[in-house]
Amino acid sequence: MAEIVPIIDAQDLRKVFNGTTAVDGLTFQLFPGECLGLLGPNGAGKTSTIRMVYAFSPMNSGSLKVFGIDIETGWREIKARIGVCQQDNNLDPDLSVLQNLELFARYYDIPKKDAKDRARQLLQFIALEHRANDKVTSLSGGMMRRLVLARALINNPELLVLDEPTTGLDPQSRHQVWERLELLRANGLSILITTHYMDEAYRLCDRLIIMDHGKILVEGGPADLIRRYAGEEVVEIVNPGREVREFVQTSGFMHDMLDHRIILYGREDDHLFELIGEQFCKEGCIKRMATLEDVFLRLTGRGLRE
Amino acid sequence: MIELPQVRNISRRFARVWNRNLVVYRKIWLVNFLVPLFEPLLYLTAFGVGLSALIGQVPYEGKELPYVVFIAPALLSITMMYNAFFENTYASFVRMYYQKTFDAMMATPLSLEDIIAGEIVWGATKSVIATAIMLFVVSLFGLVEYPHGLLILPLSFLGGLAFGAAGMVFTGIVPSIDMFNLPIFLFITPMFLFSGTFFPTDTLPDWAQSISHALPLTHLVNLCRMLALGEMHPAMILSVIYLLVFTVLLFPVALIVMRRRLIK
Ligand SMILES: Nc1ncnc2c1ncn2[C@@H]1O[C@H](COP(=O)(O)OP(=O)(O)OP(=O)(O)O)[C@@H](O)[C@H]1O
Ligand SMILES: [Mg+2]
Repeated sequence: MAEIVPIIDAQDLRKVFNGTTAVDGLTFQLFPGECLGLLGPNGAGKTSTIRMVYAFSPMNSGSLKVFGIDIETGWREIKARIGVCQQDNNLDPDLSVLQNLELFARYYDIPKKDAKDRARQLLQFIALEHRANDKVTSLSGGMMRRLVLARALINNPELLVLDEPTTGLDPQSRHQVWERLELLRANGLSILITTHYMDEAYRLCDRLIIMDHGKILVEGGPADLIRRYAGEEVVEIVNPGREVREFVQTSGFMHDMLDHRIILYGREDDHLFELIGEQFCKEGCIKRMATLEDVFLRLTGRGLRE
Repeated sequence: MIELPQVRNISRRFARVWNRNLVVYRKIWLVNFLVPLFEPLLYLTAFGVGLSALIGQVPYEGKELPYVVFIAPALLSITMMYNAFFENTYASFVRMYYQKTFDAMMATPLSLEDIIAGEIVWGATKSVIATAIMLFVVSLFGLVEYPHGLLILPLSFLGGLAFGAAGMVFTGIVPSIDMFNLPIFLFITPMFLFSGTFFPTDTLPDWAQSISHALPLTHLVNLCRMLALGEMHPAMILSVIYLLVFTVLLFPVALIVMRRRLIK
């Protein structure tokens, strides 16, 4: 049986910016049809990693194959088969909405007529046909982001690389982008995405890599990561007293002890809430489902990144 | 470590970058046409009507030329220099730094070298367009001999490449857009004044003449003036070679500094 060739095969990637190591020996793979999410705090090295994948920035060491092609030699072909949505909206302000797509298609050597058709189709896909001839600077943030997404699809890519596709968007726009990404995924497109929104990662990704300081912390499916690192049920105790602190410390449950809050993680059949509630909680106890955000904070710490 | 220019990264796709700039240029073609159309009129009126009366004839290569005949080719050469240099400094810098146009392009099969080559060739193209319009205007005043004068068009392309490449080198190294004032003050303005543009270089002291002959605009002006006068001269070959060498040397430098600036 032929082995499946990974879409991305990254081995021990390293990226150093004059002395600071941004990506520190990253090894990962993305398989056909998969949506892989890269999560991590500001400065974790997500953008640096992604930029190496679309041959924007050269790696310092390691090996990287995309579509089974070595990036050092086959960068032009690789770039022709990837669609990229960079972290900043770098739409061309000198051009209209439609021209942004048409001329971008020309960079891929798509014939003029096909470029026109494809641009029209994509405008329809992102529901911006009525703005075709407007300046891009007149679009709202959400519309611009949708246009960037459409632009990334202009070459019918086999891999879509998205760097924070929904940052700064209102809930409506985010949902609009998600729906489109889900459609693309359903059609078998492989996606590499970074995001700071855990609900986005949970909803879109098959597999997640949580990284920090350029290294992988953990890797796994969203639900699986939650089960492993935050259990199923969470109880938060606000302004805990001395007895409850002592109880938690000796109880053996997974927990985080913060200044004014204790967070307890357990299985459903641990009946944490009942256990704690009866003894210690008059008020100020919250029971909720464990989320990816719990996992993220537990693994990357609660301190601010400078 | 010596960095080599990645010339082999240039493909025919550079024409796509050139085309993008052409599309933008055409949007405001009227404004773009107005300057080369009316600028020579301003200069010719000021110098032709105003200064001519004071100056009369200018000695050049053993001949006495009316002042307007003397400066018309200089105006053309200055147009070539300005169009290419300003396009590949301010305009390229805005696209690179503020609009992040190059960043977006680099996510496509375009290489950085395709982009820079496209930008420089576009700068040269702008030089050709502006020169063509201005040539038409000054020809109406009978200031250009034909058919020799037609060679001014390919010359404007060569001149455009030379000054575009020089501009792109500065774009690769200036920290901010305001810093272009420096190369303009040190490089462009002295050339504008001392390249045999508004007075013949042989009135300068010897040392200044040597400096003047090392400047690319001097060679461009000489070539342009000879062609406009309808003359061909073996010495013109040397000026063409000078401009070619200048371009061939600066173009790879532009590639290197831009790569160093943008590829992180
Ligand atoms: N061009 C650059 N020059 C110097 N250092 C850089 C450059 N790009 C990134 N870095 C550094 O590399 C590290 C990783 O940055 P990167 O942009 O990859 O983080 P990120 O995970 O994408 O963060 P964010 O969530 O804020 O986008 C940071 O310390 C950053 O300062
Ligand atoms: Mg980033």
